[in-house]
Amino acid sequence: MDILQIFLSESFWAASLRIATPLIFGVMGALLCERAGVLNLGIEGIFAAGAMAGWMAVWLGAPLWLGVGAAACAGAFFGALHATLTVPLGLSQHVSGLGITMLATSASYFLYRTALPDVTSPPRITPFQPLNWPVVSDIPFIGPVFFGQTALTWLALFTVLAVWWLLARTPLGVALKAVGDNPDAVNAQGLSVYRLRFGAVMAGSALMAIGGAFLTMSAFDAFFFGMVNGRGWICIALVIFASWRPGRALFGAILFGMFDALQVRLQTEAGAVVPSQVFLMTPYVLSIIALVLVARKADYPRALLQPWFKGQR
Amino acid sequence: MQIEQRQSQNPLIGLLVPVASALVALALAAIPLAFAGADIGAAYQQMWQGVFGSRFAFTEMLTRATPLIFTGLAAAIAFQARLWNIGAEGQLYLGALAAVWVGTGMIDGPMVLMIPLVIFAGAVAGGLGMVGPAYLRTRFGADEVVTSLLLNFIILIFVQMMLEGPFKDPMGLGWPQSEPIIEAAALPKLMPKMRIHAGLILALICAVVAQVMLTRSTWGFRVRAVGANPAAARHAGINVNRTLMGVAMISGALAGLAGVSEVAGLKGYLTADLSPGFGYTGIVVAMLAGLSPVGVVISALFIASVFVGADSMSRAMGVSSYLADLTVALSLICVIVGGFFGRFRIRFGQGAAA
Repeated sequence: MDILQIFLSESFWAASLRIATPLIFGVMGALLCERAGVLNLGIEGIFAAGAMAGWMAVWLGAPLWLGVGAAACAGAFFGALHATLTVPLGLSQHVSGLGITMLATSASYFLYRTALPDVTSPPRITPFQPLNWPVVSDIPFIGPVFFGQTALTWLALFTVLAVWWLLARTPLGVALKAVGDNPDAVNAQGLSVYRLRFGAVMAGSALMAIGGAFLTMSAFDAFFFGMVNGRGWICIALVIFASWRPGRALFGAILFGMFDALQVRLQTEAGAVVPSQVFLMTPYVLSIIALVLVARKADYPRALLQPWFKGQR
Repeated sequence: MQIEQRQSQNPLIGLLVPVASALVALALAAIPLAFAGADIGAAYQQMWQGVFGSRFAFTEMLTRATPLIFTGLAAAIAFQARLWNIGAEGQLYLGALAAVWVGTGMIDGPMVLMIPLVIFAGAVAGGLGMVGPAYLRTRFGADEVVTSLLLNFIILIFVQMMLEGPFKDPMGLGWPQSEPIIEAAALPKLMPKMRIHAGLILALICAVVAQVMLTRSTWGFRVRAVGANPAAARHAGINVNRTLMGVAMISGALAGLAGVSEVAGLKGYLTADLSPGFGYTGIVVAMLAGLSPVGVVISALFIASVFVGADSMSRAMGVSSYLADLTVALSLICVIVGGFFGRFRIRFGQGAAA
């Protein structure tokens, strides 16, 4: 199989989109937070919390969509904690975010172990199934790539559209962007900087958690330790790569999914000649290269990382 | 409600805040304990026993604290200059890899030569690991939080590649592990039959040197000036980029020493699971210490106590061992909130407006 054949295969594109799905949720969540001026390094832990909460809810008998809701609530909870620390208290966003990652990850693992003390093979749930709608699924290429996905992938694509529409077309979106650029101006307009930032961080964190839930409720059918495996950090890199634009973030996530899918296929092909680890490294190396290329002309939200206090300039 | 800065900085508060935060974190750990259905009083007693109950327990705690002092110092020094080194985990593995490279028979010399050589190699390797992200930040403006973090993954995969390739021990029964460090290169044990080793002495020396350098030297002044206000530092004629590169090198070197100490002092050979996240825990250690190098020693001892104590408690009480990680994470959250109340006070009601 040569590279051209890989690019022509349906399974490659379907895999790319599947791998991109949690990243799309994560990068949209991170983008919302950062557009409002709050960096959320809690994402790696919020992914774990979402994966855990979604899986646990379904395992306890909830319907799948209620599991997604449970994940979103878990994400919003940790988002609220991060927002409390960084918005009114104005504490270091870097440190608070890392703290959230540690807290959410260890809390998820602790809960899982407490619920299932002696289980060696993780119990399985029935995850979201591929849509496989009649007629459209039979369309060559488009059918398997798009309609062979689960509902969560569609939700991810819809989320991109929703975030784009929110930021570009609604007064709320204008206010959100302004609060990440110039909170003083927003305050002068009589809007609450605190409320806008709180809302953005909670909503963004809920999205991140749904990305985590995709892992346990669609990609796999169980929760296991270390399953997030750095995906959260990749999302942080992707936001910068995307210059805080939803469309480019979608592009970046799918590009990353392609590299990852390509890596698996090349590995089986060239595994004998090149150590498999070289391929495992490439997504991370490419992320760093993309960061360096984009960093120079990056259009940061100007108030990113800067605390704002009411009545104090 | 209004937040206002405290007029005077009471030095007692600076000392009290971390202690109170640590105690609050320990108290908060009772919530998951209760959730797991454990007898809380017995659990805390068991935790205490697990650290101070025997000489073995206590030396185990010191052994656990050793890499945390190194990674805590690595974070503290970088953070003082507002260089966000989140890559200590990777730098630890680079240091360990270099130590194994030099120490498994590449050179065969006497102890007085081999030990300094292994330490030097590990420090240089770790230092180079942070120079990359620092260069990308100073030259291209690429955020070092993300680059140093992503580098952790790259380095760990690289270490796995080395352990399955050129560094693989042919006698390792197929396990991906390095050859053992030769005896002349191993850090001596401090007590017979205990695991505690000379890495602890090295860590304490590093902490004292770092403290003196940061508070008493012009270099330390430059580092703190860059951290406090880079623009003002530049205006005052400080070469900000060069200072950052120096800080990066030293921070990475300290993290590298954590790897050397674990490999040459404790384990004897390198595996890909050498560190259970010492690099990340070092960030908590540094924050708990208020970024003071001597404080790092104390907070590393505390965090190590939490880990060792909670481990022994979880075994005795049948509670998940992730309780230790959870308590450490709670400590980080508590200490940053505590730091806030050390610097600010909150006023309620009418008086706030005045």
